[in-house]
Amino acid sequence: MRRITTPLTIEKARGLKRGQEVLLSGTIYTARDQAHKRLVEVVKKHKRLPFDLRNQIIYYCGPTKTPKGKVIGSCGPTTGLRMDSFMPPLLKAGLKGMIGKGSRSKETAIAIKKYKAVYFLAPAGCGALLAKKVKSVKIIAYRDLGPEAIRKLEVKDFPLIVAIK
Amino acid sequence: MKKIKVNTITKTVSQLCIQANLNLRRDVLFSLKAAYYRETSPKAKRALGLIIENASIAKKEKLAICQDTGLPIVFLEVGQDIRFVGGDLNKAIQRGIDLGYRKASLRNSIIGDPINRGQSKFSPGIIHIDFVKGSRLKITVLSKGFGCENKSKMQMFNPTVGIAEIKKFIVDTVKAAGADACPPYVVGVGIGGTADFANLLAKKALLRQVNKRSPIKHIARLEKDLLNEINNLHIGPMGLGGKVTALAVKVLTSPTHIAGLPVAVNISCHALRNATKVL
Repeated sequence: MRRITTPLTIEKARGLKRGQEVLLSGTIYTARDQAHKRLVEVVKKHKRLPFDLRNQIIYYCGPTKTPKGKVIGSCGPTTGLRMDSFMPPLLKAGLKGMIGKGSRSKETAIAIKKYKAVYFLAPAGCGALLAKKVKSVKIIAYRDLGPEAIRKLEVKDFPLIVAIK
Repeated sequence: MKKIKVNTITKTVSQLCIQANLNLRRDVLFSLKAAYYRETSPKAKRALGLIIENASIAKKEKLAICQDTGLPIVFLEVGQDIRFVGGDLNKAIQRGIDLGYRKASLRNSIIGDPINRGQSKFSPGIIHIDFVKGSRLKITVLSKGFGCENKSKMQMFNPTVGIAEIKKFIVDTVKAAGADACPPYVVGVGIGGTADFANLLAKKALLRQVNKRSPIKHIARLEKDLLNEINNLHIGPMGLGGKVTALAVKVLTSPTHIAGLPVAVNISCHALRNATKVL
């Protein structure tokens, strides 16, 4: 099993193969529908992003509330397809990896290849299992969005499959 | 006349929300395990293995099976001899959802206004009521995730349509869902009634036990044929290919109008989560 760590540089991305199973460790950022809408507005207005997108990975995820005594609640991937329209400006800003579930549009696949980025699949509907791979969580932006706030996660051996690169 | 206090309903709904989201339905888990043994593709087998492991972690660690703890749907079968006392029944149900979701640290996925969105909350859920004979009250909570709900489809067919065309519509709906709705699926189908009623039937069909066929002979055959055709799509667990794209197809039918033939499809992900209690 191939192990990779963040940040996801172009060199590291280049070494991955489509269909390959990998274990990811390091920092990833959660963002889904509403957070994407805001991030893209920020990019378009040339304002400062809540985190530097360069060589970073966004995880399409909105976890449950955190049960007492746990690091995080259930935290599996959500459908990548809904984020497609937001991809080009974020990839242009340096985003190198996305983790989600399901297919992407043809246009998104082309954009991912153009920017030498990677789309990973996380095991869909396995939020309890994935919670065990998260070592720390911190909300860093858009707290008002509740489950859709941007969270910085430290993960260890997060199981992924390389879907598009 | 049997009296039921609405506070009892709150407590029951709360318990059912927790049960549905932490303990995967036994028949669904059994069916997933059977699928694991049936699969021969290593990738599909590994995916099913993770799904089964996830259910066991969720139960042991009291974590939600899936982070999308759904839009709670509450089905009530109300015996006509029951009288509800002690307050507002609708509010009691919503309070039960709030309590259960909060207690089990589930997700607040419900936004109050579909256009303006705003901050998300645990409730309101959707309530469906059927009246039945006697004095029994049956409460079912279904936590329906939206990854799969987003793939729902319905079509108003001409009454002269052939069964082949209906089958094609259902299979194409699953094909269009691809891997997005978290296969292996349970596919609910509603045929007949009106547009809205067919959709409700499709959702209710998901509540039937996975291994139980329709009691209507030609519908049971339809379910079997559809399951074969859907599994021939080879979408497979998590979309990784393989034999098992769906665990089951459940069809409910209803009388309809001479001028039409409504058909609705409601897909459930592999985490089909509902719980029932009879009072």
